[in-house]
Amino acid sequence: MVLNFKAMKYIDEYRNKDIVVGIAEEIKKNSTKKVKIMEVCGGHTMSIQKFGIPYLLPDTVELISGPGCPVCVTSRGFIDKAIAYARMDDVIITTYGDLIRVPGSHSTLDKEKAKGADVRIVYSILDALMVAKKNRRKKVVFLGIGFETTAPASAAGIIKAQMAGLRNFFLFSAHKVMPPAMETLIDEGVEIDGYIGPGHVSTITGEGIYADIPKIFGLGVVISGFEPVDLMQSVLMLVKQIENNDPKVEIQYKRVVKPEGNIKAQQMLDEVFEPGDDWWRGLGVLKDSGLKIREKYSMHNAEVQIPVEVAPPIEPKGCICGEILKGLKKPKDCKLFAKVCTPSDPVGACMVSSEGSCAAYYLYNR
Amino acid sequence: MKKNDTILLGHGSGGKLSHDLIESIFVKYFDNDFLRQQTDSAILNLGNKKIAYTTDSYVVDPIFFPGGNIGNLAIAGTVNDLAVSGAIPKYLSCGFIIEEGFPIGDLEKIVKTMAIDAKEAGVVIVTGDTKVVDRGKCDKIFINTSGVGLIEEENVNIGSGTEIEIGDKIIINGSIGDHGMAVMAARNDLKINAEIISDCACLNNMINEVSKKIKVKFMRDATRGGIGTVLSELSKNRKFGVHVQEDKIPIQEGVRGMCELLGFDPLYVANEGKVVMVVGKNDANEVVKILKKNTFGKNASIIGDIKDEHLGTAWLETVIGGKRIIDMLSGQQLPRIC
Repeated sequence: MVLNFKAMKYIDEYRNKDIVVGIAEEIKKNSTKKVKIMEVCGGHTMSIQKFGIPYLLPDTVELISGPGCPVCVTSRGFIDKAIAYARMDDVIITTYGDLIRVPGSHSTLDKEKAKGADVRIVYSILDALMVAKKNRRKKVVFLGIGFETTAPASAAGIIKAQMAGLRNFFLFSAHKVMPPAMETLIDEGVEIDGYIGPGHVSTITGEGIYADIPKIFGLGVVISGFEPVDLMQSVLMLVKQIENNDPKVEIQYKRVVKPEGNIKAQQMLDEVFEPGDDWWRGLGVLKDSGLKIREKYSMHNAEVQIPVEVAPPIEPKGCICGEILKGLKKPKDCKLFAKVCTPSDPVGACMVSSEGSCAAYYLYNR
Repeated sequence: MKKNDTILLGHGSGGKLSHDLIESIFVKYFDNDFLRQQTDSAILNLGNKKIAYTTDSYVVDPIFFPGGNIGNLAIAGTVNDLAVSGAIPKYLSCGFIIEEGFPIGDLEKIVKTMAIDAKEAGVVIVTGDTKVVDRGKCDKIFINTSGVGLIEEENVNIGSGTEIEIGDKIIINGSIGDHGMAVMAARNDLKINAEIISDCACLNNMINEVSKKIKVKFMRDATRGGIGTVLSELSKNRKFGVHVQEDKIPIQEGVRGMCELLGFDPLYVANEGKVVMVVGKNDANEVVKILKKNTFGKNASIIGDIKDEHLGTAWLETVIGGKRIIDMLSGQQLPRIC
């Protein structure tokens, strides 16, 4: 890959101070009611904190972080099981970097790595396939977490492994889908007046998956990009919807998200995965919120092919990750925050992930 | 969960884990007044002279990268540690740990660059050591250098910055993140060709040009942990706040692009030829002028102020006018960058 960075098109335009300040004034002009807007996606949380966006919003608009950080909602049980795999002599764990420091009940993957386990950080599932190709005698397990954004890549990986006859490649899937969590939050009575919808999830799924949210729950969703201008504009669109009592699904991130989404990726998802119940930190088991590997691909399903017993997970005492993920509390409300729980020695998952709200607050807004 | 009982890569990152390890193991057992200062160099009395003394080890992977090699780093790193302490670097030692099977041609290349750099920096390599270990017991070559320099009485507080006052200006001598991203791009596993060149350079002559004319109140070379870590450390437990403006910090497009792509914060990406200086308000423009005359200071810029608000913390005014804190890097951003 040869990258040419001569001009940062589509970045600088969206970080233009004059435009941002202009939108901030518009928001102020339009906003009369106090509103709570949830950014569902962890990438949004990070961007909001990194650019200091709350500092630019009027007192009437409060942003709260939602459950859209894949690492954060993943259960300790998943990490415990990944660690159990890592401890097997004939297993190589391949994973995206952000999982490696997430605490399981008793250890983390990077501690296991330091003790000699073969744990490798990859930047793409294709790298994991290469590892499998070069290590035919080993079982190569890829840890698949994330929402509709990353799941198609995992699906593609499995299809490729099948085609290439890589019998030693396995996916350990904790992939999830977003809408059930967004609907559950409203059902549980979390005070939200509108959603900033995840941009990259929607790139895959399109806008249709959120249709029920305005229709049944009466809340607006604005699918947003990740740059400051995107986020400010999305807040403005939501404020206008709320003020005019006109909840609907709108796409702010039009340069990337098409209403119908990425059909090919959707087909791939459907080919490899089927919906199943899944456990979310803070929300518990949500119906049809997980992506389970279909029977026909079970030869690449780590859970089927490499059975392992792990004790029930131990959740840390005092950690309020669950309530933070539901937007009920802010990181600063947690007794452990920045005292016992820090990015270098995290207690809860929200402090580990680069998209976790606790990590974002710790880094940028303490 | 249990506390760490093994060394993690993050312990070598120069960030919070490194600091914790230094406190809990090294300072605990080696404890003395010099070490406790934890500055880049120890300032010692030798007869009626004051000297600065420092050491550093180099384990960069790959050993050859765009803009330099491990040898350049080994000289520049130690020379710069002395120079930013306010000292004139004089003598260096170097120790080599070499893996069995390492090509002598490569060793010669590395040593040649070290000789050239040392000459340009005006330092003499006066003693050394060589060890060879079995294949697989170290990765190609590791180098340690230590150095001593002379320091004038009036410069002894530069490393700790105890003379900093409200209103002072913060300066950097050029673009940030070049070294970290050059090494990252040179690593095969990423397959990125971004044409980024490491900023690796001995800064002592440039620094000397400044200190000959102007009182520098604080200097630190922004290596591992980047300028973010330097600014955060500068603010800790102090009766002032460190304020910098994102749009004033020079950064090359290639570095910015790669950071965007890989999700790195350029504030925390390593440099090997960058110094953060704090000088008096009225001296700042003159310092930038002097720096700009030097090859390694062409893009020098005033990036912020020492202020009477947010005491004890470092703050960034973002490009869009928002504000956020600059904290020390937690865990590792990139391993084996120097």
